Amino acid sequence: MATLETFYEVMRRQGITRRSFLKYCSLTAAALGLGPELVPQIVHAMETKPRTPVLWLHGLECTCCSESFIRSAHPLVKDVVLSMISLDYDDTLMASAGHHAEAILDEVMETYKGNYILAVEGNPPLNQDGMSCIVGGKPFTDQLRKVAKDAKAIISWGSCASFGCVQAARPNPTRATPVHEVITDKPIIKVPGCPPIAEVMTGVITYMLTFDRIPELDRQGRPKMFYSQRIHDKCYRRPHFDAGQFVESFDDEGARKGYCLYKVGCKGPTTYNACSTVRWNEGTSFPIQSGHGCIGCSEDGFWDKGSWYARQSDILQFGIEANADQIGTTAAIGVGSIIAAHAAVSALKRAQHKGDV
Amino acid sequence: MAPLDNAKPVAAPGEEGAAATGGGRFLKAIYVYEVPVRVWHWVNALAIMVLSVTGYLIANPLPAMPGEASANFLMGYIRFVHFAAAYIFAVGFIGRLYWAFAGNHHAKQMFRFPFWDRHWWGELFLEARWYLFLERKPKLYVGHNPLAQFAMFWAIAVGSVFMIVTGFALYSEGAGQGSWQDKLFGWVIPLFGQSMDVHTWHHLGMWAILLFVIVHVYAAVREDIMSRQSIISTMISGVRTFKDAEVPADEGHERPAKKAAPVA
Repeated sequence: MATLETFYEVMRRQGITRRSFLKYCSLTAAALGLGPELVPQIVHAMETKPRTPVLWLHGLECTCCSESFIRSAHPLVKDVVLSMISLDYDDTLMASAGHHAEAILDEVMETYKGNYILAVEGNPPLNQDGMSCIVGGKPFTDQLRKVAKDAKAIISWGSCASFGCVQAARPNPTRATPVHEVITDKPIIKVPGCPPIAEVMTGVITYMLTFDRIPELDRQGRPKMFYSQRIHDKCYRRPHFDAGQFVESFDDEGARKGYCLYKVGCKGPTTYNACSTVRWNEGTSFPIQSGHGCIGCSEDGFWDKGSWYARQSDILQFGIEANADQIGTTAAIGVGSIIAAHAAVSALKRAQHKGDV
Repeated sequence: MAPLDNAKPVAAPGEEGAAATGGGRFLKAIYVYEVPVRVWHWVNALAIMVLSVTGYLIANPLPAMPGEASANFLMGYIRFVHFAAAYIFAVGFIGRLYWAFAGNHHAKQMFRFPFWDRHWWGELFLEARWYLFLERKPKLYVGHNPLAQFAMFWAIAVGSVFMIVTGFALYSEGAGQGSWQDKLFGWVIPLFGQSMDVHTWHHLGMWAILLFVIVHVYAAVREDIMSRQSIISTMISGVRTFKDAEVPADEGHERPAKKAAPVA
């Protein structure tokens, strides 16, 4: 298990032909948006570099990231899991369980000390001493800290690990906390989404393993190659937005014509993800294409930025759900009434003291 | 504490090229707002109106246009007008900021918030009392009264910076990573959390400025009628005129020269 084989050796051992291997390298290059001249580089890297193990931990989560991941088409997840990423520990996907599974974790951490990648799905709850999430009889927080200590880098899978997601939504009773707020001394790559797109997940991991470095990240720690533009920027319904053609309500004439979903709450204009380019399920579709607005699942705190069916988000601080326009209009009417009353009193006063000033 | 030299009651004649009327110590007209300040004021007022209307329509778009998408560009035009007006607003603000240094001391007043000046706070509350009908007469001011200065500092000086910074941050999302808007203002979005919150705050900022505009217009009209100095015409001509020639309260005990003087 702990021998330092190269990726290529592992793949050949798995019965993959050299022809398939080269095809795989080309597909990977294409998936990462790299030019054909970089294919030999990928081939070379995989032939010479010892494989890097990936340890995949699960905290407070719903496993939607794993569900998405195993549906990756380019590269196929069977390639990724069986030969590419050397997924040595993933309690959801692995065959072994219990003490045997935990033993693998310790073994990899020791053998590949400082040289393995930690992928975290979900996040640790910090309240109640972390008791809201127990893995192998111990709080997940402890496991996370232990495995993170000697990791080369950490991948935060999904919105849970990246931003907190639903379990961190108000009022967040377990104090579910994103990984980067618990582990502060390691490079962290955030791959948000609920779940992230499968090809984005495998793309990120493939990039890291073949080039032995983390992809270029934006200000919020997300890989630029997938998160540098909004859904809105590449949305096929964008012409309807610019034309001012909107769906007013679901099932109206505009909805049938495929108009822009902005007025029924599409969060595409505020959401950074690759849905409108990579799409889902082997490029079949994505939410907007199926007639529903984007809910902004890859954005920080998206559960608290509702409604998902209104353009303006509710401002929860006001107790009742109100958006900026409702607050502004109320304030304007209030100030207007005060002014009217004030003007009336002013006129009266002036009449009283006529000629005085 | 020394009175503020940019918010003080009418002082001795001869100051700042004032057109004093025939001897004595009472001023009738003082040149307050220089040309750049006046031009900026009206350009800015127009920009705020255009930005508010188009901004509101961006958040609450008009009903759908019929026909092909390629035959319509309504939302595009509305957004274009918003961005064009925003550039005028931002450039105007920078110009106005420059004039705070290049212009006379009245040009600085909007950018100053004399938090530590107890005398200033005292006059602010006096002015507030006048608005609450608790004072018979307001004080005379060549520049802005402290209450007006307070409102202008927060709504226009701070408010404009807030709207410019959040506005360009939102604009940078369309301009793309690596654009100068992104390099200068892109950090704002993670600061607020994400893009949606920046939108919400930008929107609330509009309402804050609009509330100021409502109060500002009302107060200007009311002051013009009821106070003892010109207001609206001053922002057109630049000259402050005084309706009566009473000695300011802190200038001794002389009786007013003329009671109920006609408007100068």
